[in-house]
Amino acid sequence: MSCDLAIIGAGPAGMAAAVEAVDLGLSVAVIDENPAPGGQIFRGLEGAAGDAALGADYAAGLPLLRAFRALRIGYRPATTLWHLEPEEGVLSLLAAGTTSELTAGRVLLATGAQERPVPIPGWTLPGVMTAGAAQILLKTAGAVPKGRTVLAGQGPLLWLLAAQLARAGAPPALILETRPKGRLAEALRAGGLLAGAPLLAKGLALLAKTRRIPRLRAVTGLHAEGTGHVRRVLWDGGATECDTLLLHEGVVPATHIPLALGLEHDWDEAQRCWRPRVDAYGASSHPRVAVAGDGAGIGGWQAAVAAGRLAALDAARRVGRLTEAGFARRAGPLLATRRAALALRPFLDALYAPPGWVLAPPEDATLVCRCEEVTAGQVRAAARLGATGPNQLKAYCRAGMGPCQGRMCGATVAALIAEARGTTPEAVGTLRPRAPYKPLTVAELARTG
Amino acid sequence: MRDDSFDAIVVGGGLVGAAIAWGLQRQGLATALLDEGDVAYRASRGNFGLVWVQSKGLGAPWYQRWTRASAGEWPALAEELGARSGEDLGLRQPGGVHLCLSEAEFADRAARMERMQREAGNYPYAYRMIEAPELREMLPGLGPRVVGASWTPYDGHANPLRLLHALHRAFVAAGGAYVPNAKVEEGHAAPRDFAVTAGGRRFAAPRIVLAAGLGNAELAPRFGLAAPVRPQRGQVLVTERAAELLPMPTTTIRQTQEGSLMMGDSMEEVGFDLRQTPEVMRQIAERAVLSFPWIGQLNIVRAWSALRVMAPDGLPIYDQSARFPGAFTANCHSGVTLAGAHARLLAPMIAEGALDPMLDPFTAGRFDVRAAS
Amino acid sequence: MFALRPDRFRPASAAGGAGQRRGTPDARTGPTATVEVFVDGIPVRVPEGASAAAAVLLAGSPLIRETPVTGAPRLPYCLMGVCFDCLAEIDGIANRQACMVPAVPGMRIAPQRGARVAFRS
Ligand SMILES: Cc1cc2nc3c(=O)[nH]c(=O)nc-3n(C[C@H](O)[C@H](O)[C@H](O)COP(=O)(O)OP(=O)(O)OC[C@H]3O[C@@H](n4cnc5c(N)ncnc54)[C@H](O)[C@@H]3O)c2cc1C
Ligand code: FES
Repeated sequence: MSCDLAIIGAGPAGMAAAVEAVDLGLSVAVIDENPAPGGQIFRGLEGAAGDAALGADYAAGLPLLRAFRALRIGYRPATTLWHLEPEEGVLSLLAAGTTSELTAGRVLLATGAQERPVPIPGWTLPGVMTAGAAQILLKTAGAVPKGRTVLAGQGPLLWLLAAQLARAGAPPALILETRPKGRLAEALRAGGLLAGAPLLAKGLALLAKTRRIPRLRAVTGLHAEGTGHVRRVLWDGGATECDTLLLHEGVVPATHIPLALGLEHDWDEAQRCWRPRVDAYGASSHPRVAVAGDGAGIGGWQAAVAAGRLAALDAARRVGRLTEAGFARRAGPLLATRRAALALRPFLDALYAPPGWVLAPPEDATLVCRCEEVTAGQVRAAARLGATGPNQLKAYCRAGMGPCQGRMCGATVAALIAEARGTTPEAVGTLRPRAPYKPLTVAELARTG
Repeated sequence: MRDDSFDAIVVGGGLVGAAIAWGLQRQGLATALLDEGDVAYRASRGNFGLVWVQSKGLGAPWYQRWTRASAGEWPALAEELGARSGEDLGLRQPGGVHLCLSEAEFADRAARMERMQREAGNYPYAYRMIEAPELREMLPGLGPRVVGASWTPYDGHANPLRLLHALHRAFVAAGGAYVPNAKVEEGHAAPRDFAVTAGGRRFAAPRIVLAAGLGNAELAPRFGLAAPVRPQRGQVLVTERAAELLPMPTTTIRQTQEGSLMMGDSMEEVGFDLRQTPEVMRQIAERAVLSFPWIGQLNIVRAWSALRVMAPDGLPIYDQSARFPGAFTANCHSGVTLAGAHARLLAPMIAEGALDPMLDPFTAGRFDVRAAS
Repeated sequence: MFALRPDRFRPASAAGGAGQRRGTPDARTGPTATVEVFVDGIPVRVPEGASAAAAVLLAGSPLIRETPVTGAPRLPYCLMGVCFDCLAEIDGIANRQACMVPAVPGMRIAPQRGARVAFRS
């Protein structure tokens, strides 16, 4: 099998890229590990679009989703990419226990974001999960937390989830906001308010909807407690009972595959994360590979749609399906759309910058690597011994060696190394993930080819 | 720049350098261990973890003896490092097998083992060729394609990452200076008087040991030595943890201390290319499933490729410079297996200032055609 | 602990009982078809499209796996394929990422307890 453009990820960026690329006459394949298109934000949308609890922004994805569904392309849901050879453009895939290969002239990674880990003491207890996880349950399983729910953290998704839970009849009992004092002033200085006014208005409306939920501000020293299940959440100066604790400190690009490919990355100081280095059209440091959407830097779904379409234009231009003039004509409005969608970013990034104790847990006993159960203290000791980065540290104490391959602990480990060695996360660098990007069984691999 | 003075400098913080540095520090020599940073060609992070004897040194009985000596030193090394670092190195030496998947492989192997024993002379070399029915009693769930195996009692395995960590920890705890982000680019050499600049510092010592793995090829000539090593790629697959099952390691499949099944390892001449290739990964998986069909259902959670440090004849290189006495090289492609010998036999020789004549055959001079003719 | 949304599914008339429908579709709020799966042997109805991990949460199970390192109990954490804390035995296959597997009628989901057993002689 071969195609002009292989798109990994059927979220807003991937779907938009596919629609645009097909329109330009490219042959397209779309691979997604999820059983249905939509990505994180529009997850389950086809089944739940009419659901008032999820809000109007959710239903706004429907036209794109329908356009995507109408395409006659090789859309492969429930399929994982486990290896990519960029030199030859060969993708190794796994679906329903069977491996296959696909050759692509160009590869667009539209793999989106993941939630930033919030490694507090007790975060591995059953009953503690991410806000995003609760939202997924709401969208795809019509489920809400039972009993007393506490939301802790910060960021737009936290407020959105609070409003959605309230509308679904399960309002959280308490919101513990971790935004440190003084961030608002910093955020106002970061600017973007004027250009971002429409988005800001939406955000403020959202906040208003959660007005009735009790909240505490500038919470520090977050802690989950319980035997076998979370029973209490504690913070400096307080504690409360809970049955479910939902954590959220924003999202970061899912850099697993870009890093495994050895693409150049830049440290994004505003968002405190790494992002693949891309040009305005998503082209990465590898001539065959592009990255679009939140995977190239957090910007939200509208920016992702524009970025996906721009990447498709670029792909078409590269194979001569689009003249330079045609490219410029189509790209112009998209660049403007994306600029508008990103206008509020500096403000949001400054407002919701994660506090230091989330990035590098202060207590040595806190688990950092959930898979291999490695603590912050072990990571610090290994860093002091001489691990200058997460790869040597992984060799020393197994952090990042479990099934998640460091997706959950990589950033925390780097932050702890930076702290212990008196340097910056940027200088510390990243893990270098290897294939398989997602597990496959030995028998599945043995049958490849 | 002020000199930091030491009794010895070891260049390269992989298994070879760290074992020697620990051995030197243990002898009371103030030692600096200079290493690169987080990302480097570092075979010590990517190997298979065998402490392996049975196939080492065909046609070179001195290598067989050196390997056997190291396997013999391993229990003491593991115990001492364990006590000093609190790490269980996971050393198990229950003997090991090389599985044969066809009659031809079996016959080949038998001839090879017979020759090894002959070459060992009066040095005992015990082995058995075991046929399938008996082998099935020894190894659970053996595949129908397996026709037999060679076995020796000397083989075993250990946790190579714990070994690396424990060596670094014991070395530092004993007062050694482990300096990462200190790639040695240049040096000054005179008999028993060496200085190198690395990581913005200058280190001086009357002894220097070049144990920079693949980096040795470039470094050695600056110190009156040669180390013609090349990279050889090996790919490895690791599964999720499983309940303990395999009582002994095989040449290409072993169950780790944690319960993971480890499958290896290819031998590819591709230069400095660390890419993984699905086809080679597939071949490794296929051989594993043929050997033990039950491995098929396990998830592969990690895989990697790493570069072996290979001399032209596959044997280690140990030398002292004739021009600059006090400068040594140490290179090998079995740094786990030989860690016992490096820490407990080689390091004392280096501390003394002379390599034992038993190491003479390992000189890089053997590759010098003019010298040999 | 999770429950079907009160605004979308009418609560079951009586609690407990094998085969009991945990929620009954309510026509006013969109698609609410459910499928029956078995979590640790106990039948539970979950909305169509829900994942096996969601089924475990809806069943109220105390854990979906015990870690192979220390035996600590875990439930799904991210539900989006990142954390691997949802590894479970699904239809007899060990260590599957339950949040990525859609629930289908009759599916059997059991917690993953420690390291899996790969072979019994
Ligand atoms: C796939 C594979 C499987 C293997 N399986 C086994 C096995 O089962 N059993 C076994 O015994 N062995 C095995 N080995 C071999 C074993 O890993 C190596 O023999 C051993 O790691 C070599 O150690 P080293 O210290 O010489 O090299 P390395 O581990 O490569 O270390 C060299 C070090 O030198 C540093 N360095 C390089 N240049 C410089 C410089 N200029 N200045 C400062 N520092 C420098 C590097 O950063 C590195 O830390 C395997 C190897 C591979 C690749
Ligand atoms: S819950 Fe995180 S991967 Fe499934």
